[in-house]
Amino acid sequence: MLELRDISKRFGAVQANDRVSFKVETGTIHAIVGENGAGKSTIMRIAYGFYTADSGDILVEGQVRQISRPHDAIALGIGMVHQHFMLVDTMTVAENIVLGAEPGSAFALDLNTAAQRIRSLSEEFKLSVDPNAVIENLSVGQQQRVELLKALYRNARLLILDEPTAVLTPQEVDEFFVILRGMREQGKTIVIITHKLSEVLAISDEVTVMRDGKVVGNVQTKDTNAAELARLMVGREVLLRVEKPEAHVGEPRLKLNNFSVSATDGGKRVNQVSFEVRAGEIVGIAGVEGNGQTELIEALAGLVPASQLSGSISFEGHDITNEGARSRRERGIAHIPEDRHRRGLLLEFSLAENSILGVHYRPPVTSLGNIMLDNAAIQRRVNEIIQGFDVRPANSELPARALSGGNQQKLIIGREFKLNPKLLLVSQPTRGVDIGAIEFIHRKLVALRDAGCAVLLVSAELEEVTSLADRLLIIHKGNIVGEVDPKVATIEEIGLLMTRGH
Amino acid sequence: MKLLRELIFPLMAVLAAFIVGGILILLIGDNPIQAYKLLIFSALSWPDGIGYTLFHATPLIFTGLAVLVAFRCGLLNIGVEGQLYVAAFAAAWVGITMSQRSAWILVPLCFVAAIFAGGVWGAIPGVLKARFGSHEVINTIMLNFIGIALISYFVQYHYKVPGDPIMQSSEIGKGAHIARLGKFIPGLPERIPLNLAFLLALLCCVLVYYFLWRTKWGYELRSTGASPTAAEYGGISIRKQIVIAMTISGALAGMVGINEVMGYRYRYYDGFSDNYGFTGIAVALLGRNHPFGVIIAALLFGVLQHGGIYVDGFSEHVTKDIVQVLQGTIIIFVAAEAFFRGQFENFSLFKQSKV
Repeated sequence: MLELRDISKRFGAVQANDRVSFKVETGTIHAIVGENGAGKSTIMRIAYGFYTADSGDILVEGQVRQISRPHDAIALGIGMVHQHFMLVDTMTVAENIVLGAEPGSAFALDLNTAAQRIRSLSEEFKLSVDPNAVIENLSVGQQQRVELLKALYRNARLLILDEPTAVLTPQEVDEFFVILRGMREQGKTIVIITHKLSEVLAISDEVTVMRDGKVVGNVQTKDTNAAELARLMVGREVLLRVEKPEAHVGEPRLKLNNFSVSATDGGKRVNQVSFEVRAGEIVGIAGVEGNGQTELIEALAGLVPASQLSGSISFEGHDITNEGARSRRERGIAHIPEDRHRRGLLLEFSLAENSILGVHYRPPVTSLGNIMLDNAAIQRRVNEIIQGFDVRPANSELPARALSGGNQQKLIIGREFKLNPKLLLVSQPTRGVDIGAIEFIHRKLVALRDAGCAVLLVSAELEEVTSLADRLLIIHKGNIVGEVDPKVATIEEIGLLMTRGH
Repeated sequence: MKLLRELIFPLMAVLAAFIVGGILILLIGDNPIQAYKLLIFSALSWPDGIGYTLFHATPLIFTGLAVLVAFRCGLLNIGVEGQLYVAAFAAAWVGITMSQRSAWILVPLCFVAAIFAGGVWGAIPGVLKARFGSHEVINTIMLNFIGIALISYFVQYHYKVPGDPIMQSSEIGKGAHIARLGKFIPGLPERIPLNLAFLLALLCCVLVYYFLWRTKWGYELRSTGASPTAAEYGGISIRKQIVIAMTISGALAGMVGINEVMGYRYRYYDGFSDNYGFTGIAVALLGRNHPFGVIIAALLFGVLQHGGIYVDGFSEHVTKDIVQVLQGTIIIFVAAEAFFRGQFENFSLFKQSKV
């Protein structure tokens, strides 16, 4: 159906694609995997006409074709659904689908014909959605169906999907896979760009692995496994499930008692939550994003005004409910934030200046009467973090913005670990982080636990939270709806608690 | 290398502005090369050119620093004009009220008065923003009107020499005078108003540099400007930083009063400021919001200011408004570059205001 032959593309100093070649067979689901920066999005954008390759050919059904803009791709039957949806929130489903291909004349937009066609496509591909619904009222899963319909409306025979499951709940992912299989039965060809190995194994027929702009592997899904794919993606053996010795649990460090967090509009985001975290254990909180985890961690870190809190938080026996972020850090509570760009880093500042955020006001960072910053001490500190946490490039004067997501995260983790914390609050530690760095971060978290720290881990990645946590709590609509033993609980069990609350 | 990159854009902005100005001069019938030669050479002659240029640059260094400190905290201080007027009057008031005192007492007191008054006038919008979230741009502009009008009232009805038609206060005591640089530099006549305040301005540049980049307070201020959410995460109080930044900004603006009242006219002269406050914004932008850049930018504007007077007098068609054109064009080009470089992200607090 689609063949890419020796495609190369350079952006400035970066060779994004280096003689990339692979074939996508008609009527299959083909996965393209690789770490961030491997070149997988670039190659498919070339196939869709967003970029033009420097060299190489694109063959559609055996014929070499010029695809210089998406219009050409669409004319050839290629459609693309992007990771960040391109929908107009205030318009209806039908209006969005026909945008750019409106039926009727310039004076009389014929939405009825459109709506009819949309309905028949919906039925054919089991993409149920109301053509008259307004986008901003739809769930993410429904919006994704609109994006799929957009492509199908334009008679796409090959659909390129960029990280389609990034925003879906486990339930929605299952439904999505059913839709994909249905499309395949109908003769459509599907290309999925993803980094989630478990999904690749679940849904695809064939996998192409990319690394550093090159194709490093091309296998039939049934002939491979996660370990092999990971090894191809990273270039070395990767431990997918971190080895964890038994936990040596000590006394409780953090205790929440009927703790609630309200939002500025008055609604309760965290509702009467009570649990504790003990030294030497990792307590995980699993849940679909948006169920109060963000607010819970921010409140525990001291970043939510006291007026929005009720109930109590106690740390090592002291009530810290009304204490601010600085004094919590002084007590030994470290925080690896969910949003590293917004909370965790000063992107325009150097790595050195970022390494002292949170401890910048006291020795050893300061000297001379606790006013001046001690540059030598800062340099020592940032170098220790860079070495100890493998931050690359190892240049402390670079602005934090210049680092990749994984390296930024390692810097933040190194900075927080340097506090020798007694309690670590960590949220989505490996979001947007490459597989190689994920393994590293997981090992560091377990090591911290073994050194006696109490860890509260929030993650939307079930694999991660079940492999790291010693105890697993599930959060739903702001309530803790269950506690399970991650060693024995099944994904289904946890998934149900996450989506239904019981 | 990084320094070179930082300098390129302002340099290009200035060059582009001169080209635009040159075209304008051509259109009105004069020779741009002649006009520019006149402008630059008159501004750099010795002793008058350099003396006056540095004198004109002095208030711009202070206002440039004032704006830059606020910028670094993510704030837009449009109230420098009002702050410097209020402070100048405060210095004059002390100088008049205690005119009998000796210099040992009077000079420090006047300094303190200017710095304190400017600081307070800057703190007011700072507190309003920290406490209520109200926009500092609006409040500072309003306070400009209030400050300037109030001071005018005081001068007109209480501090003017009776019978004097000029809107100016009576003289300050001799003890409040600070020396002209002509007293120490051979070849520089004392009639040129360049005074010790210029050295104070240079000192302030160094102090601002150290404050912002070498102290923990400066780190907190800059972090707040760079990313209030990250600063908050790091345990920094955003509200405190806003008030501190605006107070320091106002205090720096206030030092213009020292140059003007204590080193030049020895009294408060209504309307003495030739848009120093607003030009300070251009100086800060052109100087890349860095104290050493501000010195260079202020010197450039000083050259334009003094050279403009000559061009006005000795050209057939060109008036000193060409200076305004050049200044304005420089600002446009610098602002355009700042926009493209995403520097407006620094106004993160700017965006968060609830008006």
